[in-house]
Amino acid sequence: MTEPMMKPPKIATSPVVWIRQNLFSSWYNSLLTLVVGYLVVTSVGPLFNWLFFDATFLGDEPSDCTGTGACWLFISERLNFFIYGFYPDDLQWRVDVMFGLLALSFIPQFIEGFPGRKWFGLFGLTGLPVVGYFLVPGGYFGLEVVESSKWGGLMLTLILAYIGIIASLPIGIVLALGRRSEMPIIRGICVVFIEVWRAVPLITVLFMASVMLPLFLPDGVNFEKLMRALIGITLWQSAYMAEVIRGGLQAIPRGQYEAADALGLGYWKKTGLIILPQALKMVIPGIVNTFISLFKDTTLVLIIGLFDILGTVQSTITDPAWRSVAIEGYVFVAFCFWIFCFGISRYSQNLERKLDTGHKT
Amino acid sequence: MTKQTVDSRPAGPKPWYDPRIRSIFFQFIAIALVFWGGWTLIDNTLSNMESRGISTGFGFLKETAGFGIIMSLVPYDSTMTYGRTFVVGLMNTLLVSAMGIVTATIIGFIVGVARLSSNWLVAKLALVYIEVIRNIPLLLQIFFWYFAVLGSLPSPRQSVEVGGSFFLNNRGLYLPEPITQEGFGLVWGAVLAAIVAVLGLRAWAKKRQLATGRIFPTFKVGVAILVIVPAVAYLAAGAPLEWDLPALKGFNFGGGITIIPELAALWIALSLYTASFIAEIVRSGILSVSKGQTEAAKALGIPNSLTLRLVVIPQAMRVIIPPLTSQYLNLAKNSSLATAIGYPDLVAVFMGTTLNQTGQAVEVVAITMAVYLTISLSISLFMNIYNRAAAIKER
Repeated sequence: MTEPMMKPPKIATSPVVWIRQNLFSSWYNSLLTLVVGYLVVTSVGPLFNWLFFDATFLGDEPSDCTGTGACWLFISERLNFFIYGFYPDDLQWRVDVMFGLLALSFIPQFIEGFPGRKWFGLFGLTGLPVVGYFLVPGGYFGLEVVESSKWGGLMLTLILAYIGIIASLPIGIVLALGRRSEMPIIRGICVVFIEVWRAVPLITVLFMASVMLPLFLPDGVNFEKLMRALIGITLWQSAYMAEVIRGGLQAIPRGQYEAADALGLGYWKKTGLIILPQALKMVIPGIVNTFISLFKDTTLVLIIGLFDILGTVQSTITDPAWRSVAIEGYVFVAFCFWIFCFGISRYSQNLERKLDTGHKT
Repeated sequence: MTKQTVDSRPAGPKPWYDPRIRSIFFQFIAIALVFWGGWTLIDNTLSNMESRGISTGFGFLKETAGFGIIMSLVPYDSTMTYGRTFVVGLMNTLLVSAMGIVTATIIGFIVGVARLSSNWLVAKLALVYIEVIRNIPLLLQIFFWYFAVLGSLPSPRQSVEVGGSFFLNNRGLYLPEPITQEGFGLVWGAVLAAIVAVLGLRAWAKKRQLATGRIFPTFKVGVAILVIVPAVAYLAAGAPLEWDLPALKGFNFGGGITIIPELAALWIALSLYTASFIAEIVRSGILSVSKGQTEAAKALGIPNSLTLRLVVIPQAMRVIIPPLTSQYLNLAKNSSLATAIGYPDLVAVFMGTTLNQTGQAVEVVAITMAVYLTISLSISLFMNIYNRAAAIKER
């Protein structure tokens, strides 16, 4: 006689079991759940009341804000300023075109299997800055000139972060290759450059760019404040970029280098055709992460007097016409940054999983 | 037979294909470029400074500064020199960095462990904290704490009061200041003696454990020694400590210790922001210890509390230390955001006011950058030493 077959173990799926397992598994956990739950419930309710239910959304003057909640009026009133800064109203279509092109080149990257999305991305990295160079400042093809002192808001934040990354990428590649070079002097120069820039805070770099750069340049050559900030950000960022890329170079198995040597490829062919394509693919998530931190760090330019999105909001808060909207303003900027950064970081994590082809040692 | 004199080896490469010669050539060019670039910069700078009438040299450090600083750890007033403003700024930077590193580490470890909690609510709450805080710019968070939260506290006359000795208002947090009286040296001596005793106890307990396998409760006994010995000495010396209480004088408080709102805002923001990164580092560190290690410890009969301390944490630390170091470095560098809210750190005082007053940009920027370079290098050196101690001992 054989034993009767045993029934499969019960898999607990009911909500009651889930709650018991995840919230009340021991007296200690139960206590923790009750205390934390009480704190969450008592703080989330008033928070939502302030954000939505008691908030003022309609109206067009500061005096319309009578509720006890947030005053979102000033955001809708000043939205134009927060996005374009002092860019003239009738020329804002130029910035809109750039926003459109930016969305066009990068939104396909989030969609799996979008036809030709590689080319959209490539355009974003190469064509887009060129178009922007002609379109945003004007002065070509009969476009009216808009001085960089009038740029501001979200537009300026995106320009700083985007140019910072695009320009620092090639410099970073050169520095990373230099740091892995077999020539001691070239390696030394690159190490010193990278380590010095990485050791100093961005504020010192921005101060230096705005105060000392004019001293470094020969007479008659001068840059606008935005350009000086961009030079500082690019040099600083390229040191970080170099370290990210170096990580990729080190992760390439030795066999790849040796195989390239065995095929008789010279240094540039070996680097350009064998090593860099693999290394760069591997560090795309790292580059995206550097972009996120640069994107957050661009807020620092308000200290040297440029009006990025935080700068425009900060100047509105200190405007006597809109008093006591400080928290609303900060929540708005925080939300803008959060959407961008959280979205991009999720994308980068996704990419990391997809690109993990087992090369990492 | 005649000896062949023909060399059968192929001829060496032409000089311009010889890797050694090429490498010397390229390095020579690199040096030449660096020198040429450096020379051009120096030449431009010198001629620019001359045409603008900016003096050079470090003599300005001995001139009178003539401006006040709202907070300083060393005695300072406006009659002192620019060199003194450098010291004040440096001390303030070091103070806020050290405070931030301590609190960020504590919060970060708590949140990182909470993220792995078996309690669903706690784990999700930690996740929300991490994802919200680390995706918002630090400068914005500093502004939020400074202008929106601390700025809306009541004025000194309506301050929040705890027991008549702690006061909180929009000018800062006021705490009683301990003032040591005669005979307090005995207490310091007792503290020193207790530390020596605990170190000795630890060495003895370890030796005994290695010899006999019996575990001595070093931690509990050590804490008891550290508390009881100084307390006994304190009472024996006749409680030689008095408290200087803050009190409302005119429009503001006097006496006691003041934590100015600039420091508080910077401290809170730096701690919370860096903690969100540390939490993720701690989480990945703990996850990196494979389950087999805990199971093996259980199989050996090691109790749960010791498993965590002796098996999991030492292995997790190896993964945690290197990224933790770079977070500490980031925190020290981020403390320079103090400029934006007027906390008198090195950048605000020295690179801000002193630079503006003297105009000697090159010297001031060079000194400031040298300081940050030193701070960065010493933190990484210190952490490298610790890392070497924690690394895998391979034979």
